[in-house]
Amino acid sequence: MYRIRFHGRGGQGMKTASRILGTAFFIEGFEVQDAPRYGAERRGAPIFAFVRAAREPIQERGIIRQADLVVVADDTLVPVPAAGVLAGCDAQTVLLINSHQPTEVWKERLNLSGPVLTLPAHEEVADRAELPYVGAACAGAAARLSGVIGLASLEQAIGEELGHLGDQVVAVNRERASRTYEMLVEQAGLVKGERAITAEDWQAPDWIELPFEEADVSAPAIHAGLTSEALKTGSWRTMRPLVDYDRCNRCWWVCSTFCPDGAIRVDEEKYPRIDYDHCKGCLICVAQCPPHAISAVAEHEVQSEEAVS
Amino acid sequence: MKRRLLTGNGAAAWAARLANVDYIPAFPITPQTEIIESLADWIDSGQMPGRLVTLESEHSMLTAAGAAATTGVRVFSATSSQGLLYAMEMLYTVSGWRAPFVLVNVSRGLSAPITLEPDHNDILAARDSGFLQIHCATCQEVLDSVLLAYRLGEDERVRLPVLVNMDGFYLSFTREPVEIPKIEQVAEFLPPFQVGEIRFRASAPESQAVAVLGGGPYSYFRYETHLAARNAIQVYAELADEFEQAFGRRHEAVECYRCEEAEYLFVMIGSFATKAKAAVNSLREAGWSVGLVRPRLLRPFPDTEIRRLLAGRRAVAVIDQNISFGAGGVLHGEIAAALYGQPDAPPVLASFIGGLGGRDIPAEEFYQIAKVIRDAAEQGETPPPRLLYTGTELRETRKLQAIARVERAGLGGEA
Repeated sequence: MYRIRFHGRGGQGMKTASRILGTAFFIEGFEVQDAPRYGAERRGAPIFAFVRAAREPIQERGIIRQADLVVVADDTLVPVPAAGVLAGCDAQTVLLINSHQPTEVWKERLNLSGPVLTLPAHEEVADRAELPYVGAACAGAAARLSGVIGLASLEQAIGEELGHLGDQVVAVNRERASRTYEMLVEQAGLVKGERAITAEDWQAPDWIELPFEEADVSAPAIHAGLTSEALKTGSWRTMRPLVDYDRCNRCWWVCSTFCPDGAIRVDEEKYPRIDYDHCKGCLICVAQCPPHAISAVAEHEVQSEEAVS
Repeated sequence: MKRRLLTGNGAAAWAARLANVDYIPAFPITPQTEIIESLADWIDSGQMPGRLVTLESEHSMLTAAGAAATTGVRVFSATSSQGLLYAMEMLYTVSGWRAPFVLVNVSRGLSAPITLEPDHNDILAARDSGFLQIHCATCQEVLDSVLLAYRLGEDERVRLPVLVNMDGFYLSFTREPVEIPKIEQVAEFLPPFQVGEIRFRASAPESQAVAVLGGGPYSYFRYETHLAARNAIQVYAELADEFEQAFGRRHEAVECYRCEEAEYLFVMIGSFATKAKAAVNSLREAGWSVGLVRPRLLRPFPDTEIRRLLAGRRAVAVIDQNISFGAGGVLHGEIAAALYGQPDAPPVLASFIGGLGGRDIPAEEFYQIAKVIRDAAEQGETPPPRLLYTGTELRETRKLQAIARVERAGLGGEA
């Protein structure tokens, strides 16, 4: 059985990627299961989708703990623990990262036992949540790595999944998918889908007896706002608001009042200070600032600059 | 017949379309909303007749559904979790009206704390409501069960509303190959609803009861509902045959997977039961004599069939994806009641609770459950109930609690 996970941000088309790949497997005569997994998130938040494909009916369900292939549409997610990109990666897992950084850099950085590939599948854009056609590119790459999906099936799958958006959209997505499909010709069949799950030998789960604890500990009560500081929603951000303090007229209230997340506080000098751990990059402050002192910059660019310095 | 990839939500919407429903009262809730969105799209674009009306709550939605069904039109609706609970008063009421229609519930754990992922406490809260219940394990079953449910509920011997249940995420958002039957073929299996004489007509009042009743007549009406629900066991058996003839797929009231001759059994409902099937396959390969029994029909409770299937086994593990606080797993209690006093009842009937709020049940836990009941059978003693919960999970929870304490201190409260 092939077990494949796609990781990306809400808006990048990972659900679509999983559906294109699922349909392509299905056209090739496989039994298929595909599904996205997300919660109460939104555009920019880390999400994942998965595909199972096998020659016999599929009984497994839910998240794939150990994948044969992990495809990452946005390389800024790799170091985000909440994204779970590297969960369950072992020697049998192929990791494919959509990145302009060289493969060697990722190999060294991640030190994984399995193969690591990179794919410069997109031209760079400022707002990564709008990465164009990256879903089709990822699906094309995964199809080739499986070694069992022909280009015709891939193109037919794109037609079936995106046909409602019109011929033009289908044509461009087919072109992007076939481009990554061709790029990986050398790696065709690298993903084997031969991971065996057997009951010959297994590690017993570390089940415990859950102890009784009094309600002041064990009640799931939330009696105040702002109790989720430790949840770093800043990881959802694909665009970062930056304050030009030379232009800021210290009005002291407009940006901080409009911020829907309370992520802007005003210091004693009446300058706004943005809490990047929690700013989700909605850019309402950019739109509201009267002297236009807040600008939006690409998060991935700031992060690469920060990584260098 | 051609199969295509469809989510559980898509399968439910297709079933309503094929059943040629007349009226769909609707209210959105995750993870069910896609069902009514699909139906709204089809009606809006003229691909499907019928009328969809959004109500201001699930309570009103159920009232509208029941009222419409008593006029003789075919009614479909869908909800989930808190929505089902918000409608609870009317669930009991419309089943009392003996108004047959189909309500799809997409299972999602109940608040508090809140979650979007599935367990069965929502649907089991409706256990005693008078709605019949069919529990699905695959997207194909969702489509097929809705069609079966109309026939079952509308049958003269039954005349009750039916809940068709699927798990959120694991079915609702998961695509699988599904065969969509032709509408003519469905029309043959499922002819228009014949409401007969128990209907409401404008300006034609009629009465079979009085507004406020004493215990005697009240008991009569309530027990009649019970008898109608019990009739559904026989009616379902007939329908399963008829359905198989019409569509080539068989859906037993209680599915028996590799359980002939099995010494050990898992008993589960819902989509996690397919994970149990995968585990049964692996265990069989490793030489274990294991199978799965999966009730699809939960109301009426197919006790005779369950007794037959469990008889003579060495040990049985009931895995409940629900919890009745202060009692334990609901299914375990019902199975135990069905087996009590039977001469060949399995000597070990162990209770496991897992999958709450969508918590995964990985393969090794099924293997371990098999080992626990095999050991128990050898020792001749049923082990105490077990929550599937690991030390790793408790450490994760402790971490969250520690963070909450720090933040509480930061907000000026006591750490």
